[in-house]
Amino acid sequence: MVPLHWYLWLGSVVFAIGMFGFLTKRNVIIMLLSIELMLNGVNISLVALSHYMQDLRGQILVFFIIVVAAAEAAIGLAIVIALFRNKATAHVDEITGMKG
Amino acid sequence: MQYYLLIPFLPLGAFFVNLLLGRRVVRGQAHWPSTLAVLGSLAVSVMVLLDVLEGRTLNEDLYRWILSGDFQVSVGFLIDQLTAVMLIVVTSVSFLVHVYSIGYMHGDPGYYRFYAYLSLFTFSMLMLVMANNFLQLYFGWEAVGLCSYLLIGFWYQKRSASDAGKKAFIVNRFGDFGFGLGVIMVFLTFGTLYYLPVFDNAGDLAARSINILGLEVNLITLIALLLFCGAVGKSAQIPLHVWLPDAMEGPTPVSALIHAATMVTAGVFMVARLNPLFSLSPAAMDVVALVGGVTALFAATIALVQNDIKRVIAYSTISQLGYMFMACGVGAFAAGIFHLYTHAYFKALLFLCAGSVMHAMGGEVDMQRMGGLRRYMPVTYVTMLIASLSISGLPGLAGFFSKDEILFRAYSAGGVGVVVWVLGTVSALLTAFYSFRLVFLTFHGGFRGTEEQRHHLHESPKVMTVPLMLLCAGAIAAGWVGIPPLLGGGGQFSEFLAPVLGHPEAEASHAEEWMTMGLSVLVAAGGVLLALLFYLRNPEIPVRLAERFRPLYSLLWNKYYVDELYDAVVVRPTIFVARNVIVGFTDGALIEGVVNGLPGLVGWLGARVRRIQDGLLQHYGAVMALGLFLIFAIALITLS
Repeated sequence: MVPLHWYLWLGSVVFAIGMFGFLTKRNVIIMLLSIELMLNGVNISLVALSHYMQDLRGQILVFFIIVVAAAEAAIGLAIVIALFRNKATAHVDEITGMKG
Repeated sequence: MQYYLLIPFLPLGAFFVNLLLGRRVVRGQAHWPSTLAVLGSLAVSVMVLLDVLEGRTLNEDLYRWILSGDFQVSVGFLIDQLTAVMLIVVTSVSFLVHVYSIGYMHGDPGYYRFYAYLSLFTFSMLMLVMANNFLQLYFGWEAVGLCSYLLIGFWYQKRSASDAGKKAFIVNRFGDFGFGLGVIMVFLTFGTLYYLPVFDNAGDLAARSINILGLEVNLITLIALLLFCGAVGKSAQIPLHVWLPDAMEGPTPVSALIHAATMVTAGVFMVARLNPLFSLSPAAMDVVALVGGVTALFAATIALVQNDIKRVIAYSTISQLGYMFMACGVGAFAAGIFHLYTHAYFKALLFLCAGSVMHAMGGEVDMQRMGGLRRYMPVTYVTMLIASLSISGLPGLAGFFSKDEILFRAYSAGGVGVVVWVLGTVSALLTAFYSFRLVFLTFHGGFRGTEEQRHHLHESPKVMTVPLMLLCAGAIAAGWVGIPPLLGGGGQFSEFLAPVLGHPEAEASHAEEWMTMGLSVLVAAGGVLLALLFYLRNPEIPVRLAERFRPLYSLLWNKYYVDELYDAVVVRPTIFVARNVIVGFTDGALIEGVVNGLPGLVGWLGARVRRIQDGLLQHYGAVMALGLFLIFAIALITLS
């Protein structure tokens, strides 16, 4: 029996890797992938806790997250393609049109 | 007696007709509604006079205006002997001025506006004299002031005219401030603003005094003096006389109606109407008499040297108003009203004659450029001569009876009365002198104007000369209703007014009455002869006198420098305060500081805060991560 905190460590590490990728990479595609990593890190924690507490609501929430992540990936990639067509770049530090 | 309501409301209707339809529909026919309305008012006023002569007076409320707790005021009308006299004076002079203006104002671009204002003025003046309470009096008081302002500045394109209008309005503010306080004091003291209860209760309060800034002041004296402030402003007495000469910038018919016959006499009317209040305060009465007497002499001396034909008559008006206050101040209210009534005719006539002269001279007002006009305009000459004789006090004419009555009453009153009698008698000499100086300079001698002006000289049209003749009849005969018993008359005028104004018995013998009368005739004749000597026989005498007494002459020529004094003491400091305190500090620093400062602050903050939003996604992400760590840290600390 694998103890709970292993799962939680795994989820945290995946989340931290995602966050590190999000903050350090300039490529939008990589950043989107990093967001997927963060979401899945959370998912691992939720499933583990759900099992530990014998409560299925955690796993229901995971399904919601997977659906939302899929939608987010679809829309995010579409935006990236549109952006690339207009700006001919996928690097965020060159896309600062919303500067105040 | 409901038909009396037509008297004020006919002119009001004409005002609205000219106001709403004047520019598009009525235009050159604007005189019809106004003149017909005032003719109707005149007819109804005569009917009212006949009713009052039979002893039917009336005091009723038409409409409840304000009701607030104990405070109740109505639009109400009091029609008694005094009102009847004033109604006749106002409507008759107003009617003749309306007719005269048809000729005088012909072709003016503001023709309909002129008649609209005249109608509004007539309405306001009638509301003033018919009021049965202080607030309606105040309403009429301010409304005639407004019309005066509008009509003085009638030719508003002219800078001097619009300035004169403002001056009249602002100087009257000073007087009306006191008047308004007086009305408030009346309400606080008596709990009502209706005349009759105030008069009934005034006697009980005669001895009461109140404490103002540590001074014990008799309450009635205070009220009377505050109300008199308004009269000083409206009737152009010292020290608020400065607006009336400038008011001559308005069209001449306006000067005749508003600034000679009716509005400026409102102050005298008010004092007479409130005579039960004034009579209770000997101190206030003395002030009234002295202000009147000093003003009479003061204005007459200025009139001696002025060359503007209208200004001479304006100073003459101030002087004659002084006579009226003199009479009121010695308790002879009926004599004051009598002079008001005769003065209305001969002074309106003088003004309209001056207007006729200006009409012929193409707007020239300087008497030094006139002369010899009697050959060209005989009707104007004869009527003006009679008006001048009347104001000088030629026995038999209107001015003689009323002025003589005032001088005699002043003399017989004793005390302050004797002082003002001396002032009045000296003024009578000056009055005769400057009146005939005006006649001689204008109508006698050789013509001193330009060739072009001489070419245009003509008698005015019938529509102007007929009102002159009718007013001339008034200047001759108006006094015949008040011939004193000494000369075989009945003194009916003061008898008629006795129910309202009381019946002061003169404590003087026949010999003294003959003496004052003889003296006033003598000084009048002396004044006329002196003017004859100075301006017809020996025209170099006044020039030499002016050279000899140069300081005195320039003092009079500059009207005692009162305007300059007010300019230095009141006008300049006010403008200084307005520029530096109001515009500079209150408006500039305080209000604009807040209004412009708040948006400035927000803009300043925004300029700094916007730096945070730099458009770099990683920075936003970093901030979010930081927030996450913070939440995490707080959760760790608080939960463990």
